[in-house]
Amino acid sequence: MPGEINTMIRKELTLEWRQKFAFNGVLLYLVSTVFVCYLSFSGIIDVPTWNSLFWVIMLFAAINASLKSFIQERDGRLLYYYTLLKPQAVINAKIVYNALLMTTLSLTGLFVYIAFLGNPVQNPVLFIFNLVLGVIGFSSVLSMVSAIASKARNNFTLMAVLSFPLVLPLLLVLIRVSAAAIDGAALREQAPNLLVVLLLIAITMVLSNILFPYIWKE
Amino acid sequence: MTYLRNNWWKLLGVLLLLYVIAGGLLFEAPQLPVIRETVRNIYFHVGMWFSMMFILFMALIFSLRYLRYFRPEDDLKALSAVKTGLVFGTLGLFTGMVWAHNTWGSFWVNDPKLNGAAVGMLTYLAYMVLRGSVDDADKKARLAAVYNVFAFVLFFVFIMILPRLAQDSIHPGIDGNPALSTGDLDPRMRKVFFPAIAGWMIMAWWIFRIYYRITLLRKGLEELNEND
Repeated sequence: MPGEINTMIRKELTLEWRQKFAFNGVLLYLVSTVFVCYLSFSGIIDVPTWNSLFWVIMLFAAINASLKSFIQERDGRLLYYYTLLKPQAVINAKIVYNALLMTTLSLTGLFVYIAFLGNPVQNPVLFIFNLVLGVIGFSSVLSMVSAIASKARNNFTLMAVLSFPLVLPLLLVLIRVSAAAIDGAALREQAPNLLVVLLLIAITMVLSNILFPYIWKE
Repeated sequence: MTYLRNNWWKLLGVLLLLYVIAGGLLFEAPQLPVIRETVRNIYFHVGMWFSMMFILFMALIFSLRYLRYFRPEDDLKALSAVKTGLVFGTLGLFTGMVWAHNTWGSFWVNDPKLNGAAVGMLTYLAYMVLRGSVDDADKKARLAAVYNVFAFVLFFVFIMILPRLAQDSIHPGIDGNPALSTGDLDPRMRKVFFPAIAGWMIMAWWIFRIYYRITLLRKGLEELNEND
C-alpha cells in the first residue's frame, strides 16, 4: 500500500503542476482576501484581531483548496481507481497531497499577510510550527468531508456547513497556541496544546481510513 | 394489561418525572449565593444534556449497525435518534440560557462548555442538511452514517478535552463533563437528581420510538404514493 499511496501523490502533484489550477486559484483567493482585510482593517487592527483574522482567512482558504480534491475527479476516473487501488491508499494520498498544498499556500499566505498587515509575532518558530501542524489537521478533516460532500448536491455550501463544526475544535486550539506564539511563549509551554492538535490529527486519520471505504463504493 | 406489561418503562418514566417536577420544586435545596432557588434548574437542564448524549450515542450505534449490515431500518433509527437529540439539545440550550441570564447576567457567555454545546448542535444540524442534499436513498443512508460516526467522535473529543485545557470556565463541572461530576452536588439534591436523569432518558427513548414510527409510516406512505 505505501507504493500505491506514493503513486497517487505523484499523480496529484503532476496534475497540479501541469494545470496549476488549485494552487493559483486558491492563492489568488488568499491574496484577495488579505488585500480586502488590509483595506478594511488597516490602522485599526490590534494583535488578537491580527491572529484571529489570519486563522479565519486560513480556514476559508483550506476549505476552498480541499473542496476540489474529490469534486474534480470524474466518475469514470474514480471507477478506474476503484479497480486499481485500495480505498485507504486514495484517502491517505489525498490527505498528504492536501497537506502539502495547504502548507505551501499557508506559508505564502503568511508572507503576504505580514507584508500587508505587519508582523507582531515574537516566537516565529512556534508560530510556523503551529501553522504547519494546523494545516495538516485541516487537510485531514477536510479531505474526508470533501469526499462526503462530493457525493451530494450543492457541494460548496455543503462543504462549508459540514466542515465548520468539525474543524472548530482544532481551530480554537490553534488560535490559542498562535496567540501564545505572538506573545513570545516557548515551544515547551505550549506542548500540551500541540499534543491535542496531534491527537486530533491522529483521530481523524484513523476515522478517515476506517470510514472512507464506505463512501467510495457507489 | 398486556400493553402495560410490555411498556412498563413508559409508566416508570412518567412517574419518575412527576416525582422530579414535584420534588424538584418543593424539596429543600441548598441556598447558594447568586444561584439561590435557580439551583432547581439542575434537574431539568442537566437532564436535557444527559438525554441528548444518550440518544446521540444510540444514533452512533445505529449508524455503525447500518454500516455493518446495510439495513435501511437502522438508518431510519439513526435519523430519528438524531432528531430526538436535536430536540433535547435545543431544550438544553434554552434551559441553560434562562439559567445563565439569571446567574451570569447574560444569555450567552464565551465559555468552552457553552461553545462545545453550540458546536454539537451545529454538527447535527449539518447532518440534517447533508441528508437533505442527497436524492438516492441508499447513498443518503451511507453518507449520513459515515458523517454521523465521524462527527460524533470529533464532537465527543471536543467536549471532553477542550474544556479541560481551558482554565477559565465559569460553567460548573471540573472534569470537563459537567453532567458526570456529581461530587460537588449537595446530598439533599441527589434524591431528585438521579431520578431526574433516569426519567429524562426514558422520555428521550420514548420520543425516539415515536419519531421512528412516524418516519416508518411516512416512508410507507411515500412508497404507496409512488406505486399509484
